Amino acid sequence: MVHQYKNNGYHILLDVNSGSVHVVDELVYEMVPYYKEKELSEIIALLKDRYPKEEIREAAADLEELINAGKLYTEDIYENYIQEIVEAKKPVVKALCLHIAHDCNLACRYCFAEEGEYHGRRALMSYEVGKKALDFLIANSGSRKNLEVDFFGGEPLLNWQVVKDLVAYGREQEKLHQKNFRFTLTTNGVLLNDEVQEFVNREMSNVVLSIDGRKEVHDYMRPFRNGAGSYDRILPKFQKLADSRNQERYYVRGTFTRHNKDFSKDVLHLADLGFQQISVEPVVGTEEETYALRAEDLPEVFAEYDRLAAEMVRRYRTGKAFTFFHFMLDLTGGPCVAKRLSGCGSGTEYLAVTPWGDLYPCHQFVGDEKYRMGNVDEGITRPDIRDTFKNCNVYSKEKCRDCFAKFYCSGGCAANAHKFHGSIHETYDISCELERKRVECAIMIKAAEAEKDEVESDEEK
Amino acid sequence: MKHIKTLNTQTLQNTMKKGGCGECQTSCQSACKTSCTVGNQSCENNR
Repeated sequence: MVHQYKNNGYHILLDVNSGSVHVVDELVYEMVPYYKEKELSEIIALLKDRYPKEEIREAAADLEELINAGKLYTEDIYENYIQEIVEAKKPVVKALCLHIAHDCNLACRYCFAEEGEYHGRRALMSYEVGKKALDFLIANSGSRKNLEVDFFGGEPLLNWQVVKDLVAYGREQEKLHQKNFRFTLTTNGVLLNDEVQEFVNREMSNVVLSIDGRKEVHDYMRPFRNGAGSYDRILPKFQKLADSRNQERYYVRGTFTRHNKDFSKDVLHLADLGFQQISVEPVVGTEEETYALRAEDLPEVFAEYDRLAAEMVRRYRTGKAFTFFHFMLDLTGGPCVAKRLSGCGSGTEYLAVTPWGDLYPCHQFVGDEKYRMGNVDEGITRPDIRDTFKNCNVYSKEKCRDCFAKFYCSGGCAANAHKFHGSIHETYDISCELERKRVECAIMIKAAEAEKDEVESDEEK
Repeated sequence: MKHIKTLNTQTLQNTMKKGGCGECQTSCQSACKTSCTVGNQSCENNR
């Protein structure tokens, strides 16, 4: 399968099954759809009025070279491979999302956790439960060395002492078991202070700072419980924290909704404030929510992604580059195909733990009793749930089979699929449309970057 | 090649040989939490 498209003046081919990305001229772009079906003489006859014959022959030779190198018109050979991997693998857990606080000091309108309470009551995780969670992780991690623990909520700083105590416990245990804990924290910033910053910089491999962008956008969606906006309270603290981490190993992370479909302005606002690691993501909501994105909004949102991508290219060229999480693409050292096919690992490698120690496939399933998989005392008591997730991949989803983006989203978010269709083997169509657009933009940015780098290296010669 | 510039050197087929060690970051631990963004992760062994 070859996906071809034009963006920002570039003609791009994505050979889906090899993952190869080719930037081509107009002639090749025109030849690719029928190159395999037609003889060269037929192709020359078709194009000779517009291109010199010699050029067409050269282009054909270039295409042949790619085909011979396994970089064009490749077949999907992974279905059996992934099945073998899934069957051979002993289940291991390598990442936990610890719901350290089911409570929040903000009342964000789009919160999937219902202001931190997750369809349940307010609660803080005790140190004892947290310890058992880390013990469970170590015990179930097999030979995996790197273990990830995200302190999540609600708002985890409402239970800060337990976070610190659990980090200390983890550091002690990792030595005993030859593991390496990578802790992360997701916070709304309200309670962020110098002491928290110092600890986070010492112990957390990543920190996610929630901010939506422009003040009016942020304050509308992320108010305090009394209705006041939170932007002015958190922004200076986030700027200070980002600088104190040398603008690395963090994200400012926002959500865009139907109310700010011009979200490129929010991304650029964050960049103009000095942030270099930015993630602004589409809200997930059903149609009855006024903020939810609808199918009819897609053209506008696509245009906005294009605008953002073009502006990022412009900034890259002028030395003002920043990272946008959803446009990140590692073409040289990206994930292996096994990773791309196994997805986010929810329900298998990645689990969420509630303040009471119950285990769920991920943070978004928390509170849905049907998906309670066990608890930190007894471990997994519902292996059937784990098996359902284990067997969920791009080949178990009919809609993914012919999608060019399947090796980038791995079939999408299981929780979103469940929310919209009641089955993790489905896909959430709006999210698919957006993912395809983002992959196109991300590749275009890589093409532009390669072009600039090439020009610079030519100039140096 | 005059007409084509390929941006990556490795192919997905090649990653079948050594892939699947599972040491890389879980995507939801990076920033997303509401989407699945595996393609933008990096391989732990290429760091």
